[in-house]
Amino acid sequence: MTLASALIRAHIRERLAAALALPIVALAASSIAMAGEPVTIRIDNFTFGPETVTVAPGTKVIWINGDDIPHTVVSQTKLFRSKALDTDDRYTFTFDAPGEYPYFCSLHPHMTGKVVVKAPAG
Amino acid sequence: MHDPTDPNDDPTRPSRRGALECMVWAGTGLLWTLGGGLPRAVGLERALAAEASPAPFSFLQISDSHVGFNKPANPDALGTLREAVEKIRTLPQKPSFIIHTGDISHLSKDREFDDADQILRETGVPMFYVPGEHDLLDDEPGRAYLDRYGKGSRGAGWYSFDQNGVHFIGLVNVVDLKAGGLGNLGAEQLDWLEKDIAGLSSSKPIVVFAHIPLWTVYPEWGWGTQDGARALALLKRFGSVTVLNGHIHQIIQKVEGTIAFHTARSTAFPQPAPGSAPSPGPMKVPAGELRQHLGIASVSLVHGNEPLAVIDTPLAG
Ligand SMILES: [Cu+2]
Repeated sequence: MTLASALIRAHIRERLAAALALPIVALAASSIAMAGEPVTIRIDNFTFGPETVTVAPGTKVIWINGDDIPHTVVSQTKLFRSKALDTDDRYTFTFDAPGEYPYFCSLHPHMTGKVVVKAPAG
Repeated sequence: MHDPTDPNDDPTRPSRRGALECMVWAGTGLLWTLGGGLPRAVGLERALAAEASPAPFSFLQISDSHVGFNKPANPDALGTLREAVEKIRTLPQKPSFIIHTGDISHLSKDREFDDADQILRETGVPMFYVPGEHDLLDDEPGRAYLDRYGKGSRGAGWYSFDQNGVHFIGLVNVVDLKAGGLGNLGAEQLDWLEKDIAGLSSSKPIVVFAHIPLWTVYPEWGWGTQDGARALALLKRFGSVTVLNGHIHQIIQKVEGTIAFHTARSTAFPQPAPGSAPSPGPMKVPAGELRQHLGIASVSLVHGNEPLAVIDTPLAG
């Protein structure tokens, strides 16, 4: 192993350790989900629950419809749009960029929710 | 023979309020008769008993058949639609046509539309449709609906026609819904409506039908139409306006000036009364009671310039 490749490896190890450690601290401090851990939003009784979730960039968000009536998950800024989700159907979207992502059900537009993407503090 | 336009003429006929309560409890069907300015409703059993009463013209409303629905609230929505059609065939007065106020299918699948069409064809009378939100769930939303039912319509499927001196207007309020909002007609449709009725005499009876209630029933559950008031304002000058809606799977009726509002039962599953449950989702009732909550509606015109009379008919009970 050359000195250069050893240095690179050490650097990668550090970055990995940092990537693993930071979100855990953030999770404890402000309940921002760790990137890599998918976050689930349940649709029950015509409600997105929780209505607002805050996640780290790169987090995969999964919506699961628990109602006997189909719902959709539609971004208010047209960033994402699910098909109609029948009972127990899922829709997944990965949020990369920080920002606020309001969404609603296009069939029952009084159903609204929001995903907040925020880099963990620290 | 009694005068069906005079509520005092027939001592056995319930008062208007009484009839409404009766409808609410009877649960399954709605027969509309155009009878003297305002719609009037009687239970199905009364409709069947009223064989002798004259009604030169009547039509039927059917709604929310949700073909394809098979959840606990009704494992066989296709079967109850079939029962509704059977009920229609036993009505003493054959309706001139049937208006379906949407949610024909549950998930807009070809197979669901096919099944619905095949059963509804057995009524033997012409069908007129407007879409519900469940009919626009295909990949290109509304394509399947318009290909099947949209002939001669505009935009997302709105149209009008005349029958026996009554002007019928089918509106679409389930397209392009806005976050946090209610049903939506949109500017293009409202412009069309304004032109459509521009030349009509104010004495012409008007029947408007759309899926979601055009008036605000319960906004917390989305039961209303954002710009419905604009459509109703355009119709204010008419002496008799009847608004027929579906979507909420129960009978709710009110009269405001010359405008009578009525929502029909579903043929598939009931939904809870506004605010009486955590959500407007399908209401599970004991299996033996389901058919009391499902039904059809019949409307007849008795005299040209008088209100429509409505009869709600449950599938059972
Ligand atoms: Cu929904």
